[in-house]
Amino acid sequence: MPKNIFDYIIEDRLPFFWCEGCGNGIILKSIAQAFADLELEPKNIVVVTGIGCWGKADDYLSTNSLHVTHGRALAAATGVKAVNPNLKVVALMGDGDGVTIGGNHFIHAARRNMDITAIISNNFNYGMTGGQYSGTTPEPSFTATSRYGSVEPPFDICALAKAAGAPYVARATVYHVNLLERYIKNAIQKKGFSVVDVINICPTYYGRFNKLKSPVEMMSWLRDNSTMKLEDGNIYNNRFAIGEFVNEDKLDFSTKYAQLQNNARKLSVQLEQDLSGK
Amino acid sequence: MKKQYEISVDEQRCKKCGICVAFCPKNVLEIGINTVPKVAFPEACIGCRWCYLRCPEIAIFVEKKEAV
Amino acid sequence: MTQEIKFLQGNEACLEGALKAGARFYAGYPITPSSEIAEMASQRLPAIGGVFIQMEDELGSMAALVGASMAGAKAFTATSGPGFSLMQENLGLAIMTEAPCVVINVQRSGPSTGLATKPAQADVMQARWGTHGDHAIITLCPTSVQECYDLMIYAFNFSERFRTPVIFLSDEIVGHMREKVVLRDDIPVVDRAFPQCEPNQYKPYKAGDDKVPPMAYFGSEFIFHASSSMHDETGYPNNTSQNADKVIRRLYEKIYDHRDEISITKEFETEDADVLFISFGAAARSAREAVKMLRSGSIKAGLLQINTIWPFPDEKVKRLALRAKVVLVPEMNLGQIINEVIKFSCGTPVFGINKVDSTIITPLEIVNKAKEVLQNA
Repeated sequence: MPKNIFDYIIEDRLPFFWCEGCGNGIILKSIAQAFADLELEPKNIVVVTGIGCWGKADDYLSTNSLHVTHGRALAAATGVKAVNPNLKVVALMGDGDGVTIGGNHFIHAARRNMDITAIISNNFNYGMTGGQYSGTTPEPSFTATSRYGSVEPPFDICALAKAAGAPYVARATVYHVNLLERYIKNAIQKKGFSVVDVINICPTYYGRFNKLKSPVEMMSWLRDNSTMKLEDGNIYNNRFAIGEFVNEDKLDFSTKYAQLQNNARKLSVQLEQDLSGK
Repeated sequence: MKKQYEISVDEQRCKKCGICVAFCPKNVLEIGINTVPKVAFPEACIGCRWCYLRCPEIAIFVEKKEAV
Repeated sequence: MTQEIKFLQGNEACLEGALKAGARFYAGYPITPSSEIAEMASQRLPAIGGVFIQMEDELGSMAALVGASMAGAKAFTATSGPGFSLMQENLGLAIMTEAPCVVINVQRSGPSTGLATKPAQADVMQARWGTHGDHAIITLCPTSVQECYDLMIYAFNFSERFRTPVIFLSDEIVGHMREKVVLRDDIPVVDRAFPQCEPNQYKPYKAGDDKVPPMAYFGSEFIFHASSSMHDETGYPNNTSQNADKVIRRLYEKIYDHRDEISITKEFETEDADVLFISFGAAARSAREAVKMLRSGSIKAGLLQINTIWPFPDEKVKRLALRAKVVLVPEMNLGQIINEVIKFSCGTPVFGINKVDSTIITPLEIVNKAKEVLQNA
């Protein structure tokens, strides 16, 4: 039965609470579109979110969802997936929630290759708490806590995910929505840890503090600074390298763990026999 | 018969961010000051749905009108 | 069916009890003096269709427990002081999402890294108030290897019955000593109540009179939303003051309404005790020996051994303290449960027997302190 986005988004909860021009609604619609295209059953989906603007996305979803503490979405998602590998587990985190406070769980979920899709709304700051800088804020940037311009180099989420072993890593922006939908669908279909770093616009804080006065100006900023030339992997010589950086196949944790369980069962049965045989 | 498209805007959801108007390749939409986008030239619409795709509020829709 | 008898380490008995209770998910991080539990879990769980994951830290371990619990598993972990401190925020997550799970804390000498291989009992108040905000918590304390097994089944039963994390507060002594254990199967195992309504009617946090909402699991016909943020019966956010008051009180009362059912204590010769010892864990072992020594010296002593520290057995303390001339509280800390005892001692003088040099309080030390107090009384 073909599905549409409102099989996953609760229409009567709209409008979203996000600020005017914030791209989170675009990302959420793209995710719902991917779910619809893949005809996934809401009861088999678990969306795990952390804390932040993007962490409120599951308030609008009719799938299963688990809204956990700041930075811990991937750790909680690991528990969900490990218990029931048949669930489609998607973690929605911001740049702060996902790779700043949540950085440790991000690299280990990738290393462990949990079959989880991490969709990161990367708007270069902590929007919900008032526009403070995060681990991905370009240097220098003006934010609520870097009034003289930030002096800390940011992470490149895709490089980080690739180094940690994630088998699918892609980046799109909320301007390039066709790409965004395709990468989200590919990520969800990938068996293993998949990451989509979505460059997003935050007009209320990041834009206002950095001379990008309106949502339209921010969208133009994305359009004019993105490049598909993949070798230009580094995001921040003030250009956004978009595309699929990693797309390989690698046995995921749950597949290998099921094998481990079989071995363990056989070994323990044999042990039992040896013991009783004496 | 040239394909016709019907563009509808949900005025409750629209937060007047102006993105749809700014990035419509055929300038079908116009925006007043602090108002919801107006469908000024519906016949110019080519059905690319960039407005729908880039709307953060799921507040604008493009339906193909049945060819008369 | 004859019940198996084994000679086990306390930590081993914890693991056996957990498996008996139906635990099938462990997420944890190695830390002395609890690592034996993790090692055995990593060996035993996969052989019975369970999952063991060593997470990157205790913080993630606790979050993984909540995820696993919401996916339908009985989940547990084991740690010690430093790890227990890291688990506090997500212990609150388990409380707020009402995710059944068991957290074993094999206490060691702190603060901070402290003496990793040495015992103490100084995490009692952390067990009660470690996570922020108003909340209730259930904390069980074993005093023997047999109790590591028995109480572990109760810990899981309480966590399932009341949809709450239960803290299993052991210590390095009980955790590492070996004793005979009967792997009994006469303690009925309790599972979380499953919703009886239609899936589309399901409200994940709608509770009946016992204030404990029936619980589905991710992947069942019952789709649900669970959240660390304040929510209403639907699980979705609700920031009204009425809802906050209602939910905070329900989370508290669902445990404190059933405190009698949860309260496990043992009394040794308390009927005519002039000198009443109140203790728990390793210290209670010495107190019990001290009772015998004092009795042989014709001093009528008795012990109230507390196995359920939280909720605190205030009624029992009141009843026994009224009859005693003096109350003594041996604990391997500078005085923690003594603060609770004083609240309910009804005027009977209360003295602490406190030892923090990372060695067990000995029966003789307890006897000498008791005699000293009696002389001055």
